[in-house]
Amino acid sequence: MTIEFKTPDEIEKQLHQVQIVAENVMRPESRMLDDSEHARPLNFVHMMWPQMREMERANLEASLRRARNGSDSDNGAKPKSDEPKKPRTANLSLVHMIEMLSWGDAGVYLCIPSSALAGAAIQAVGTPEQKERFLRRFTEGEPKWGAMAMTEPQAGSDTSNIQTSAVFDEETNEWVLNGQKIFCTGGKLAYAESDGLIVVWATVDKSAGRAGMKPFVVEAGTPGLKIVKVEDKLGIRASDTASFVLDNCRVPADNLLGESGAKSGGETKGFKGAMRTFDATRPIVAASAIGIGRAAFEFARDTLAKQGVRMDYESPRWKLTTVQADLLDMEIQLCQAWLLTVKATAMLDSGDDNKLMASMCKVKAGKAVTVITQKAVELLGPLGYSTQTLAEKWMRDAKINDIYEGTGQINTLIVAREILGYTRKELK
Amino acid sequence: MYSFDMTSEQKMLVDTVHRYAEKMLRAAYREAEESAAAPAGTIRTGWELGLLPAGIDAEYGGYGEYSALTSALYLEELGWGDVGISLHLLSPNLFALPVALFGDNEQKAAWLPRFTEADFPKATAALVEPVYQFDPNALATTAEREGDSYTIQGVKIYVPLAQNAEVFLVYAQEKNRTQAFIVPAETPGVQVAERVVMMGAHALPVYTVNFNGVTVPAGNRLGGARGIRMNRLLTVSRISAAALAVGQARAAYEYAVKYAKEREAFGEPIAHRQSIAFMLANMAIEIEGVRLQVWEAAWRYDNREDASKLAMLAKQAADKMVLEVTDNAVQVLGGHGYIREHPVELWLRNGRGFAMWDGLIIG
Ligand SMILES: Cc1cc2nc3c(=O)[nH]c(=O)nc-3n(C[C@H](O)[C@H](O)[C@H](O)COP(=O)(O)OP(=O)(O)OC[C@H]3O[C@@H](n4cnc5c(N)ncnc54)[C@H](O)[C@@H]3O)c2cc1C
Repeated sequence: MTIEFKTPDEIEKQLHQVQIVAENVMRPESRMLDDSEHARPLNFVHMMWPQMREMERANLEASLRRARNGSDSDNGAKPKSDEPKKPRTANLSLVHMIEMLSWGDAGVYLCIPSSALAGAAIQAVGTPEQKERFLRRFTEGEPKWGAMAMTEPQAGSDTSNIQTSAVFDEETNEWVLNGQKIFCTGGKLAYAESDGLIVVWATVDKSAGRAGMKPFVVEAGTPGLKIVKVEDKLGIRASDTASFVLDNCRVPADNLLGESGAKSGGETKGFKGAMRTFDATRPIVAASAIGIGRAAFEFARDTLAKQGVRMDYESPRWKLTTVQADLLDMEIQLCQAWLLTVKATAMLDSGDDNKLMASMCKVKAGKAVTVITQKAVELLGPLGYSTQTLAEKWMRDAKINDIYEGTGQINTLIVAREILGYTRKELK
Repeated sequence: MYSFDMTSEQKMLVDTVHRYAEKMLRAAYREAEESAAAPAGTIRTGWELGLLPAGIDAEYGGYGEYSALTSALYLEELGWGDVGISLHLLSPNLFALPVALFGDNEQKAAWLPRFTEADFPKATAALVEPVYQFDPNALATTAEREGDSYTIQGVKIYVPLAQNAEVFLVYAQEKNRTQAFIVPAETPGVQVAERVVMMGAHALPVYTVNFNGVTVPAGNRLGGARGIRMNRLLTVSRISAAALAVGQARAAYEYAVKYAKEREAFGEPIAHRQSIAFMLANMAIEIEGVRLQVWEAAWRYDNREDASKLAMLAKQAADKMVLEVTDNAVQVLGGHGYIREHPVELWLRNGRGFAMWDGLIIG
């Protein structure tokens, strides 16, 4: 092994394609989709679907193949010795694409038709049959969305406090779900506007805490689930953020993800498995954050260059104007966030435990782009604060990255526990 | 590809340097700081590691090829051990590596073999000047050509080990550009003046040196007619300095983590509190962020890409990070951190130095 910092050629090529989409399809509609909050970016959706379908197919086939070969079904299984030595780059490629798409428009990127977080959960803990049954749809037909519903009004960071219940009905061989979920990204698209699905977290035994929490698949249109609200937000307005209630919502027994027969809450890879999906999704959120940050930085830099402010990478710091120094600091933060993200992702691809790195990059990126985009608005003055440019929008969009997939604090907590070797009891 | 694992050779070297840092530097750092001198034995053993010769071409008696990345990897270990003694150990580099980088064949043949011998070379460089706002690209020291020689005029501070130096590499302004000149210590006009005491890194003796109408042959201009490219040199220096800073910060971070788990207040370890734990977590994140910047800049340099921008970004990030991290380490130790029985107060003083050491660390 060796230390290396080279973007593989295939990824460069793909990136070039994505950049064209970002520039020509996403950016032109950015302001409009921000203004008309619940409109759908249909051009983008239809343009991306064929590609997403192929990606979904490749992921599904690979995972089924791994299952047949008897290796673990998680995200970053070590390649078997008889497989070609070529390093896995699936996640690396993904974070590059997402960074670029978010550079285009983060809200629009979140409308990309795919199994998304639901797919991650199903891939992480689903049986091969479940993968086939639930994920095949994302490889064919019309655009579809997947969503993941954990958060409830009284359970955000504290996921162990979820109240949504799942009770097994022996007579019908079904699970009966009751409760309320909020802030579900893509929830309405998944349930009401396509033939998608939502992975709903519910507890089969409140007294068991985390061990009682299980993921259930609720398919589009299943009776008993009602979308009650679509949120109006600070940013990423093109993204669909849905709240729904589950009122005796019935799903078949084997919609409980995990080994079949784990009916009334027997051991499944449930909660731990879900937590492990964060190892894959946190670098993705970090990458999305960085895309927005880069957009804001580049715009500020290039706009100010026309005003005669040049980047100075040579002079000592005391010779820089405050604006030059601010721009330099923005670039430094972007570099660091990106390198941490790439490292977390490379570790995931090679099957190493990347939990610490995944939280590190998420903390860094969330904080960095919050500050970078805020600074960009400031540096760009009255026009930067106006809706004549996208800077103010990027600042609103960026903020979500320090909130979802674990707030900055929660991810810092994870880093702290890891480096101190503490349990959640020792460090609350 | 992107990968983050050292080669097995790099790992071996890093292990060796780490052992040296642990056994020799950590054992000597306080005594060295208080007595303001690095123990001769520590320097001798450090020199025997052969770090500098590894970056000098075989035709001059070295045994390798320079790699900024490999240097960065072991510099982190040295910085972890002790910055002051390490700067002492690295002083000959300030002469040798610019010569290796820019010297013409005669200069290399004349000087480089001395840096591959058993004895610690008595060579150093004079760059920094006694001013409040220093810019290595706008020096007050001047060099003027007259016929076949140059005359150098100016004052330098922070000249490491000047007292014993047999030869200096003196940086001076020539027609608006920084150039470097090889100046033997016995040249008339060279006057080593008082020792300058810095806030930290006392194990590195630095001096004021006056260059009063010092005349050297034109052939002593480094790089001959081509001269040097100061920004290329600063790129290497910035990568090295940032790597050393990462090591210093890591030392402070590790010390603070250990202390926070042992120290109890209000009935439990202070690390059980988020305000302490989060400080430690952020220290870890900041260190790793800068380390990766250093590695990337070094990797690009080794791959003959223009790394000047990345090196500058890494250095500026490192300057800020190392100060923050060492300061936080003092904070985690509370009053005890302020007492010289613990190393963190020294590490904070060292941490402040990096911003002032542009061009003063080359590894
Ligand atoms: C646009 C959007 C999309 C979302 N998409 C999804 C989705 O698709 N699926 C889903 O399940 N959820 C989703 N969420 C929910 C999101 O993950 C939560 O909002 C987030 O986890 C925080 O929970 P909370 O809002 O309840 O805040 P709280 O948990 O109430 O936190 C409030 C504050 O307290 C801090 N805090 C909490 N606990 C601690 C602690 N132990 N130590 C220190 N500080 C602490 C937090 O960091 C935060 O600053 C989305 C949210 C938004 C806004």
